[in-house]
Order: sequence, then structure tokens, then C-alpha cells
Amino acid sequence: MFLSVATTQRPATDLGFLLHKHPERLHETDLSFGKAWLFYPEATDERCEAVLLLDVDPIGLVRGKGQAEGLLDQYVNDRPYAASSFLSVALNKALRTAMTGISKERQQLADSDLPLETVVTPLPMRGGEALVRGLFEPLGWSVDLTPIETIGSNTGGPRYGHLRLTGTGRLSSLLNHLYVLIPVMDDAKHYWVGEAEIDKLLSKGEGWLENHPAKDLIVRRYLRNRGALARIALERLAPETAGEALPPEARIAPEEALEAPIRLNDLRMDAVVRAIRATGATSIADLGCGEGKLLYRLVRERWVHKMFGLDPAVRELERAAKRLKLNEFGGPPEGRVTLMHGSLTYRDSRWAEADVAVLVEVIEHLDEDRLPLIERVVFGETAPKTVIVTTPNADYNALFPNLAPGAFRHPDHRFEWSRVRFEAWAARIGKAYGYSAAFSDIGAVHPVLGAPTQMAVFTR
Amino acid sequence: MREPDKTDLAIPDFALVVLIGSTGSGKSTFAARHFLPTEIISSDRCRALVSDNETDQDVSADAFDLAREIASKRLKYRKLAVIDATNVRAADRKAWIELARKWHTLPVAVVIDPGVDVCVARNALRPDRPFGAGVVQRMTTEIRKGLGGLQREGFRQVWKLTSEASIDTARVTRQPLWTDKRDHHGPFDIIGDIHGCADELQALLAQLGYSVAWSEDHGERIVAVTPPEGRKIVFVGDLVDRGPNVPDTLRIAMSMVAAGAAYCVQGNHERKLSRWLEGRKVTIAHGLQQTIDQLGAQDRGLREALPAFLDSLRSHVWLDDGRLAVAHAGLKEEMIGRGSGAVREFALYGETTGEIDEFGLPVRADWTAAYRGKTAVVYGHTPVLSAEWVNNTLCIDTGCVFGGKLTALRWPERELVEVPAIQTWSEPVRPLGGSSGLGRSAQADADGVLDYEDVSGRRWIETELRGRVVVAEENASAALEVMSRFALSPQWLMYLPPTMSPSETSSQSGWLERPEEAFAHFRERGVTQIVCEEKHMGSRAVIALCRDAQAARDRFGVPGDETGAIWTRTGRSFFNGTGMTEGLLARLRARVEAVDLWKELNSDWLLLDAEIMPWSAKASSLIESQYAPVATSAAAGLQASREALARAMARGIDAASLDARLEDRAARAARYATAWAPYVWPVSGIEDLKVAPFHLLASEGRVWFDHDHVWHMTLAERLAAGVVTRTQWRVVDLADAGACAEAVAWWETLTGSGGEGMVVKPRDFVSRNKKGVIQPALKVRGREYLRIIYGPEYDAPDNLVRLRERGLGGKRSLALREFALGHEALKRFVARQPLRRVHECVFGVLALESEPIDPRL
Repeated sequence: MFLSVATTQRPATDLGFLLHKHPERLHETDLSFGKAWLFYPEATDERCEAVLLLDVDPIGLVRGKGQAEGLLDQYVNDRPYAASSFLSVALNKALRTAMTGISKERQQLADSDLPLETVVTPLPMRGGEALVRGLFEPLGWSVDLTPIETIGSNTGGPRYGHLRLTGTGRLSSLLNHLYVLIPVMDDAKHYWVGEAEIDKLLSKGEGWLENHPAKDLIVRRYLRNRGALARIALERLAPETAGEALPPEARIAPEEALEAPIRLNDLRMDAVVRAIRATGATSIADLGCGEGKLLYRLVRERWVHKMFGLDPAVRELERAAKRLKLNEFGGPPEGRVTLMHGSLTYRDSRWAEADVAVLVEVIEHLDEDRLPLIERVVFGETAPKTVIVTTPNADYNALFPNLAPGAFRHPDHRFEWSRVRFEAWAARIGKAYGYSAAFSDIGAVHPVLGAPTQMAVFTR
Repeated sequence: MREPDKTDLAIPDFALVVLIGSTGSGKSTFAARHFLPTEIISSDRCRALVSDNETDQDVSADAFDLAREIASKRLKYRKLAVIDATNVRAADRKAWIELARKWHTLPVAVVIDPGVDVCVARNALRPDRPFGAGVVQRMTTEIRKGLGGLQREGFRQVWKLTSEASIDTARVTRQPLWTDKRDHHGPFDIIGDIHGCADELQALLAQLGYSVAWSEDHGERIVAVTPPEGRKIVFVGDLVDRGPNVPDTLRIAMSMVAAGAAYCVQGNHERKLSRWLEGRKVTIAHGLQQTIDQLGAQDRGLREALPAFLDSLRSHVWLDDGRLAVAHAGLKEEMIGRGSGAVREFALYGETTGEIDEFGLPVRADWTAAYRGKTAVVYGHTPVLSAEWVNNTLCIDTGCVFGGKLTALRWPERELVEVPAIQTWSEPVRPLGGSSGLGRSAQADADGVLDYEDVSGRRWIETELRGRVVVAEENASAALEVMSRFALSPQWLMYLPPTMSPSETSSQSGWLERPEEAFAHFRERGVTQIVCEEKHMGSRAVIALCRDAQAARDRFGVPGDETGAIWTRTGRSFFNGTGMTEGLLARLRARVEAVDLWKELNSDWLLLDAEIMPWSAKASSLIESQYAPVATSAAAGLQASREALARAMARGIDAASLDARLEDRAARAARYATAWAPYVWPVSGIEDLKVAPFHLLASEGRVWFDHDHVWHMTLAERLAAGVVTRTQWRVVDLADAGACAEAVAWWETLTGSGGEGMVVKPRDFVSRNKKGVIQPALKVRGREYLRIIYGPEYDAPDNLVRLRERGLGGKRSLALREFALGHEALKRFVARQPLRRVHECVFGVLALESEPIDPRL
């Protein structure tokens, strides 16, 4: 990766004093992940340009040093080449004093605004040109961004740009802007983001970040979307925002984002809980419980005596256990909630004692050709008295402005059914396994297209 | 005058023995004299285990829980257990009766009552027993009060020892349960429900080689059946009712049982007949009237012997070292060789769901679908069209009386011998039929659902190639989500290919992998000939190809219209839509038909191991998100750096070595940018794909691992045309230095012109040396290809030196274990074993793939 800084303020070679690097020498700095080189391609009275090159050790990144684990698991990785937090670390190491704005020889120059030009390449453009402009222009830099043509693939558009910033300002400001904003453009960090990062961000962002219009995004991305850290940082940055919760960008599923305005998930949970209660059942199996949202609702209901949560994803079950405070002080008593790793494609006697089995937004995540198997496991083999199934109503999709025709609400959906299709499926199950189904809508009902979610309550 | 105590205690060898006696009565001494220390569960000992104090009554409840838990574990493993506690009150004993029921064992009571004075005197001698005479008196009174009710409480045997003398002289002998005939090895001929079809029975006996001779003795009809040498009949019950000649059927069975030439287990019709004979009120239905009518006219001898015969029938018989069990309506695994009311009921009637079907008959729960036992269970009771094995169970009631046939199973030969019914003797209430009527086999029907327990937890899978392969619980758990959410259905997925290790790291500078190491690897392991195959750079695919949809349904038990399946190394469907899959299958089928392979293999299906090209067909998103960005960013950054450095050097800065370094890095990056070009081409339809098969894995009845790679590659060559592309290959004699050098040169040419590399295999598909199976294949990848594995600059000298250290041990062990599991899966599949047995192996391969191994190897 490549970064250059140039000035035309005469005598331009004074840049060497500001950077604390002699213009006539090749400077070398050792870094934990490789080497940085600094040299001057041009050093005249009229124009002086310093270049910082980063030579990242690609094998070390994967293998680590000595006994240490590497940072990455793929050798084929753009990390050794693209401008990223590695460059920030190198800046801080090679040009530390310059970044603080101190110059032994030319303090006055360090304190003054200079005509500056900087080039960073290749800069990852996560967020596109608009974001680059939105980050640098409010700080007074004019942005010249040339997209770099991708080699070896003609899909997906350019991923990197050649960034040239020009403008007038203090050199230390420019370096601090780059220090913070390069990793923001990259939207990745090569090291673990801990609380110490907040201090780094606040010190490098001093004097400009608190008034930056894209402050929230910068903080969030710089702190790698760690919601809690971002909140602390913003509070310290602007105390008046205390208590304002940030949307946890990272955890919002596309489906939720789409359906968010109607709070569909809450409505769905309400409807399902009501439907369960109406059956008089006290023991419930949530099949495909995911991170335990429904169980979390049910655990607060006194009439529910026993709950089973089944999911094939261990990490989801771990989240559910945390949410439900299982085996924690203040959590439900032992035996009231049982989380089980398992799958609906296998017969499983562990949840057989439940009166009601609930499949909330589950069937559409399974391949349609596996459904007969799941039907047999749930309705045929285990056969609880009641089975409740909810699934998106595909008819309603036409009302989502951001959803392309024929597209599904979630990339993992294997199908989405119209009401007719869903009812036909339910009728077939009823016939095969001796259940009758009652249908209801969940969410605001459109006169023609129905509700966003459809629910069937099967009883035996 | 009191009856003297029976002092010969003949107890079942599998029982829950409950000692009953006051403190000081000598229970522990008695127990120690007659039972193993490990068989005795003492309440005193349990108290001590939880509280360090044998007499601490405060912990009694917990001590009891512990005793019960220990007893449970022993009974689970069919081990006798002796409860050494006072068990004074009926309430104390109730829990033991329940436990015995739960584990289907017989509860046996042994009352030890030497008299109050003896107990008091003994306690007085022991300082740790602070019980006064009052306690002993109370206990003894309570015990004596309950004596008469012990049978009623549920004890199947009650032994009373009421004097010091009888306690001292008592002997305990252990009897095997009647059902436990494991030391009888047959061979056996097991005959299904006869229902008075005596003529068919005689025809069947004749076919089985038994001779039947009738005679008369004082007006009594007598029969003598002589079995072939050493053979024995097992009747599954339901000899009587419905059919034309119940008396002769009974005569044959009774005479054979009496002569020791047959076993007979009780059928529900025998039970009912027995109750009728006892004069109990029973509904005369389901053919009982025929039996009554036919017996009425018969000789007195038969009628007189009948009650005792019926009374002697037991629930089931467990034979041949535990490999075989016969019960009228079947038996669950946990009931075999045990005794309880539940066992008797299950063996007679099977399990019903409590529902009634459209014919007014109880709906049967399908216990066989869930049966996982090692013991083969042969049963009748439910008439089926033909006898089919399901999960190691076989129903041989083929409805002779309903006009079907009478079936016998020869054991251990596992051959079926059948005789058709002479006529329909009785109209069935429900039409005959075993399976779902979808036209699938009963096993395919049972295989429709696999059980979580078939795949969960730590597993040991027996393989022919490598003995027991262990799958750790965490790996199985990782595979579950992939298997259930992303993989093809288990019916198709009967094989997953093993991972392949690279050769040892090359000793030549500048190279990471070279053929010499692969050759040396096999040479050192005693291999004389190898096959070198060009390694295509595409995506690995397993292809199940069927002659047509009917063949697919028949053999794989799938319900749809697909004519095969194509899947990846992790069991996912290779293509997103069935259109591409079926299109490619059609083209492959055309090739198979062109060389007349169906006929040659005598099979309607075959399984190919292949590479499908181009790589970009599956990897386009990988190229877009990972490979192309690296090429792009490396080129852009290095170009800017070199230009800037050139300007600095032009004005006299000394940076020659940095310049050389940048030049070198740029050159490697440029080579990287073109390294994958040969593997990328646009795919708009099937015609843009190429398939390179290299193994014929299996076809009907065959796993082709017994044929060498020359055979496999020759077959691949025959198939090559159209969509099937040719794979270059050659046989190399490892002792021939010239041939080895030629093969190396061949590899250099191959990889020099953009090829991925080659695969080196011992000529034999499965090669062994003294230490066991050796690697079935090693890959030797080309220098440029490795750039897309290890990164653009992997071969820079200071990088290569570090990459040379790569542990191959883990990868190789994994490759062998997966190879063994894959082979095992195929073997089980062609042997038509239950799907769970195949799936277990395939699931195992997927689970092992989650072991942390360097993905670049």
C-alpha cells in the first residue's frame, strides 16, 4: 500500500522537518507485521513529496510469529496490499511526532495551514465514492477519486480507488484524518477492537471528529460495529447524546430491516403467544428457536410450565441461552427451559412430551424437497396435539418498496408461499396426518394481498 | 404346624433381589455369602457414601436415590442387583417393584427373619448400631404383617427364611430365564403365523427337509416330525383360529415342542384360547369359533394336553448368542431377554397408537422404524404381502390363512422359504400390505425418517478398512446444521469423497511440491506401480446417475422424478436448479448408454467420482470477492510504489535493493493475476461444462474399489466424448528411474502450461502395507497453481522457507479415516443395509471435515 504527502509551501523541503525524516535518505521502520519505508521522490524548494510504503509480510499474517496465531486464515487476501488499519499503525509508528503536531525545528510551520496534497492507493471503497466524499470533504479536502479497474473479474464493480486529496491545512490534521478515516473506508481492523480504541479514536479525532457530519458512521465503523463501545465513544464525544441508543447495525437481518417499519416480529410473537395460550397447553416446543426470541417471551408467562427450544445452529443456541439467562442467577428454574441442538430432519424424542410444537418462520429456511420429511417428523412421528406454523405471505411482497419482484425477504429463504399455496399445503398435512388447520393473518392486512405473515394452527 | 422354609432359592439369573429383614437380621452376611460384592447395593453403604456415616438416618432419602440409581444402571446392562436394606414397609418395597418393571426384570423378595432376640443380640455386639430392642420389635412385626401380601405387591418370587438354621443352610442357585436360549445355536427354521393351515404347514416342513409321519395309537392321532440333522423349528405363535385344521397344526407343534425339536412362542390367539379353556369370559371372534368347533370333535388326548401346552408358551425366545430373537408381534431392543408384563404384552400385541383405522382395527405404531438393535427380531402377527427386512427386523406373517403364503426364515442362512396358501381360508378385515403402498420397500419406508440418535454424540463407526473410526461429539454437532439445512437428502447422499493430502514438501529450492516426494512416499511404503492422473482444476462432484426416474425411486427410495443427483464435497447440490442437474445427467446418461455400460455393469444406476469444470462455475463469487481483489490491489499498490521509487532513485537516492524487492513482488503479483485464468470461462448452459470422471465408485451390488486405477481410467476414457472430457494419465513403475523422470517431466509440462497438477495413486484402489491402509492418493500441485492457494508471493525465498513447515500428519490421518468411512458407506449401501447405517458413515465424513486442518493442504 502506498501513501504520499506533498506540499508546495516554500521552502518545500521543510516537509522533512515536519515529518522528522531527512529528504535525502531512505528510511526504514520495523513493524510487527512487516516494514514501512519512507523516501522522497521529489525534494525541491518548490515541491516536496514524501512516500510511505508498507511491506506487509503475507505469510506472517497467516502463520503468526513464533507460537502466535496468525491474524488471518487465508493467504489469498488483500490485507497485505490494500490501505487499511495497517497503514494507520504504520503512520503512527513512522510519523508519530508529526501526527502530534510537534516539530523541534519548525514549530511555527507545523502550526500553520499549508497547501497539501496526499495520495492513498489502493483505498478500499466500502460505501463507494459518495462515502469517500462524505468523509473527507467536510474536513476541507477536495477529493479526486479514480476507481481502479478490477483484474480478473468483470462483475461486482471496482472495489478500490486511487484517492488524491488536495487542500490547505495543518500537516498533523491531515495525518490524523487519514489515520482515522482509512480504516473507516476499509471497514475492517486487523486487530481486536477493545476499549483502548476509544481513547485512540478520541485523541486522533480531537478537534474535528465531534463536529463531523458522518460522526456516527465513523465511530461505528472505526470501532468495528461493536455497539456498546460505539455508544461509550459517542457519549464521551458528545455528552448530550447519552442514552440515545444506536441501531445495532451488525445484527439486523435484511428481513428485519425490510419489515422493520411494521414491527412485524413483535406482532408475530404476540400472535403466536396468543395462539399457544388459546390451546391451554403448558408445555411448548419451539422448533427452530434460533436465538430464543419466542422463548424469551414465553418464559415470562406464568402459564407456561415447560419449554423446549430446538435449533441446528449451536451459536444461535448459545445466544438463546444468554438471552434467557439459562444457568445464570436470575434465570428460569432448572428444567423449565431446555435448549437442544437438533434438527427437524431427524426424528427426535427429546421434545415429544410437548403439547404444542411451534415453527415460527422456520419452514421457508428448509429446502422444499425436505418438507415431507419434516412433516413426517413433526406431524407423523411426534404428533403433538397442536402445531403452529408461521411463514411469510408471498402475496404481500408486492407491498415492500425495496424488494424486487420475485425476490425473497431473506437470502436464506428457500421459498415464500402465497396464501393459496400455504393453505393447500396445510390441507394436505391435515389429510395425511389427521390434523385440521385454522388460518390467521399477522400484521396489517391489505384488502387484496393479505397480511405480511400467515399463520396456521393445526389441531389433532 | 408351620411349613418348613424352602432353603433352595432358585432365582432368575437376571432379577432384582430385594432383601427384607430387620436391623441385625443378618441380611448383609447373607448377601455376601451368595452374591458378588458388585451385585449388592447396600443402603448402609449408600448412607456412608453421602455422609460418611452408615447409620445416619437423616440422609436416608438421598442414600435411597443413590441405591436406586446404581440399581438402574446395573439393570440397564442386564445385571442382577441385590438390594440390601431393611425394606420393612410395603411403601419401601414399592419403589423397587417399579424399578424392576421399568427395566423389565423380575422382582424377587427374600425375607430374612431369624427372630427378634437374635437381631437384638447381634445389634448389642456392634457399637455402631445404637438401635434398641424396640426398633427391632417394631420392624419385625411390620415385616411379618406384610408377608402374605408380597406376591400381591408384585414380587414374582418370595422366599422366606425364618430361622437361623434355614438362613445358614440356604443355597442360592441361578436359573436362566426361559426366554434366554442364547446357548442354543440352531440352525433354526422360523415359521410365521399358521392359523390352522395344517396342509400348508406340512408342505412347508417338507420343503425345509422335515419328514412328517402320522400314525394312530389307541384311536389317538399321533404325529412324529423328524428334522434334518440339528435343525430346529421356531413357531412365532398364532397356530390356532381362523383356518381349516387347527387340531393337526397343534399336534405338529405340540409333538415337536415335546420332542425338543421346536420352540413355540405365545401368540395372542393362543392367549385367548387358553383363557377360554380356563372358562374365562372371552368374546368369541377372530376365528376362535373355528378352533372351538374343530377341537370339539377331536380326541380327548389333544384336548387334555392343550391347556398345559398353552400355559407353557412364553413371550419370546432369545437365541444364538443373542443374535436372534423371536416374538409373536416383535420386541423392542430394551425388552429382549427380559421379563415383565410390558414385555409379554408387547410380544403378544405389539404397540398400537391407541387410534382405530378405517377398518375398525387398532393402528399399529411402527416400532421397527425406530429399531436399532443388534439382535435380529423375527416376528409375525401383522400380515404383510411379503417378508422384508426392516432395520434388522423381519415380519414373516405373510397371511397364509388370508390366501397369502406361509413363510419360513432359515437361520443363520437368512433365506426365506415360502409355500402359497391352498385357498383363502378367511377373508382379511384389512387388505394385506406391509409398506406404505407407495411402491417402496418396507425398508425405504422406514428409512424415510432417520433418528437424531443415529448421528448425535460421540460415535464409533466400524469400518472394514480401518476398524473403528471415532467421530467426536463436537464434530458431529458441527455437521448437523450443514446436513440438515444445506445438504441433499440422505437418500441420495450415500457417499462423500475423502480429503486428499499433498505430497511431502519438496527438498528442491524454489519449490513447495514436486512429484519426486510423492513417488518416494509410495516407494517407501512398498508400492511398486503408481498411476499418475492429471488433476483438473474444477470442483469435485459425486454423481449418482440412474437409468430413469423409476430406477431412482426403486434404488434410492426418493419420491420425485429426478433421475440422479450431483453433489459437492460437503453434500450440497452441485447446481442450484434441477434443470442444470437433469440436463447434465441426461448427457452423462447418453455417454453411459453409448458404451453400453448399464448392461455391462448389470445395474440401473452408478456412482461416479468426478471433477466438473470450469472452476468458475462454482467459484465465481469467490473469484469476485477474494481472488480478483488481491490481484487488483497488489498491482495498484506496487505500481504506484515503483513509480515513486523510480523518481527518488532518479534524483540520487540509494534504494536499489528496495527497488529490486518491489520489482520481484510485482512480478509475482502479475503471475498470480494470471494463475487462475485457465480455470475460468463463462458458463451460460450445460454445453459450457466439462465433466472428468476418474472413479466408478459403485453400481448395483458392487463397490468398485476392488478394481485398480488402470481399470477406472480406462473406463473414464471409454466415456470421454461430448460433455465428458479426457483425463491424461499414465502408469509408472516406481523401480524404473527413467519412467519416474519422464513422469516428472510430464508433470512439469502439465503445470507449466497452466495445469493444476497431478494426483498420484497406488495402482490398487485400496493399498495396504504392514501398518495398514496407505494413502489412496497424493496430490502434487503446480508452482503457479499454488499461488492461488498460498498467495501471490508464496514462493519468494524468505516466504517459502516458512511455508515448508507444514504438518501433514493430521491431514493424512483425516484422509485415511474419511476414505475408510466413504468405502464403508458404499459397502453398506450396495448391501442394502438400512439408510441410517449408510448415513452414519456419510455424516461421519462431513463431521470429520470440521476437524481443524490447514485448508491449504
